[in-house]
Amino acid sequence: MHISRGFHGRHREQADAARVPPGQYVTSDFPVLSAGPTPRVSLDEWTFSIRGQVDEPRSWSWDEFQALPREDITVDIHCVTKWSKLDTGWAGVSMDTLLAGVETAAEHVLAFCDGGYTTNLPLEDVTGGRAWVAFGYDGDPLDPEHGGPARLLVPHLYFWKSAKWVRGIDLRVDDEPGFWEGYGYHNYGDPWREQRYAGD
Amino acid sequence: MNWRLATVVELIGETDRTTSIVLTVPDWPGHRAGQHVDVRLTAEDGYQAQRSYSIASAPEDDVLVLTVERLDDGEVSSYLVGELRQGDELELRGPIGGYFVWEEALGGPLLLVGGGSGIVPLRAMIRHRFARRSAVPVRLLYSARSLDEVIYREELLAADGRGGVDVRFTLTREQPDGWNGYDRRIDGDLIAEVAWTPAERPIAYVCGPTAFVEVAADALVSLGHQAGRIRTERFGPTGR
Repeated sequence: MHISRGFHGRHREQADAARVPPGQYVTSDFPVLSAGPTPRVSLDEWTFSIRGQVDEPRSWSWDEFQALPREDITVDIHCVTKWSKLDTGWAGVSMDTLLAGVETAAEHVLAFCDGGYTTNLPLEDVTGGRAWVAFGYDGDPLDPEHGGPARLLVPHLYFWKSAKWVRGIDLRVDDEPGFWEGYGYHNYGDPWREQRYAGD
Repeated sequence: MNWRLATVVELIGETDRTTSIVLTVPDWPGHRAGQHVDVRLTAEDGYQAQRSYSIASAPEDDVLVLTVERLDDGEVSSYLVGELRQGDELELRGPIGGYFVWEEALGGPLLLVGGGSGIVPLRAMIRHRFARRSAVPVRLLYSARSLDEVIYREELLAADGRGGVDVRFTLTREQPDGWNGYDRRIDGDLIAEVAWTPAERPIAYVCGPTAFVEVAADALVSLGHQAGRIRTERFGPTGR
């Protein structure tokens, strides 16, 4: 380990240390990172779909989606660009609700989004109360810059997996790298194992 | 991806708050213009802090340059701009990122829109273009608060008009006497005036604070540019 001469560090909040993964720092801001322009979609045209390796694809309109059981979620989030934000408050629909009764041989999902963004996750990681499609943040509708009208919320993985502007998931037998995964970011992205980049 | 121990060979003060850190990196694998690195600092008690910084040098340069802006509450940036000295060693790994990247094969014309320290990866692209003697036409629109806050000022002024490179500044807070560049915050009209037409099919790279990038990218989409040809890199909070 190389000691950086003259570096002491300033932001050590011991109370929160156990909640902050290695290499992360806590911010009260909500930084925005996106590869392109923020897509704007009319709620009249918005749908959320489950397709791919499934007997009957499912799709919800915005109104249908809003009628699903809604959960309030308070979680810590961790971005691969090093910031973590604690106790963020979201509203959304659990992926368990969306996947209820779906029979599939798939073990992977590829989330797809307005703007062409994709990200891949094991199906197991979006079930068991660990993933949502979120449309509310901090008591308000989710801002477009932060992925509104709706984004995936998978807080136990680095936040690029929580795809903004999500429009559905593709259930897949084979794993296919998503957008950042194809540009050298880690395929799984566990912040507690600091899986930022391929090979970490 | 491995951590490497780089050596600081020179520090160049670019503006009051911004320093270029010139590094030699053993076994550096090379990079593409627009990529970044992660820097890791370690205190004597083992505490570590990491941040990402854009690479300012071209792949062809024989040193690796990071240009860092000191943020008011910046745990790492205030060390890099202020404490770090020539001869110090610095841990880094990279290069990282593969989308906000320009290389000659992608063609052009190029539209580069930078706000503040968002100029850094764009500068790497311009240096790369010159190093390759590429004929791809470039327009750069660079927004800074004042002329004193323009990073790489002499280099960019010298590049303007050289072989198809067109550099335009907008100074949003303070303009020198006789200033004949733009003098307002970026908006749709300013983008429309500087941008290539959608028919010319530019590739746009927009980098800066979040609100700046939102305005510029939205304006380009409104003008009819394909969203898929607009690549963005944002930094900083949204204010909520």
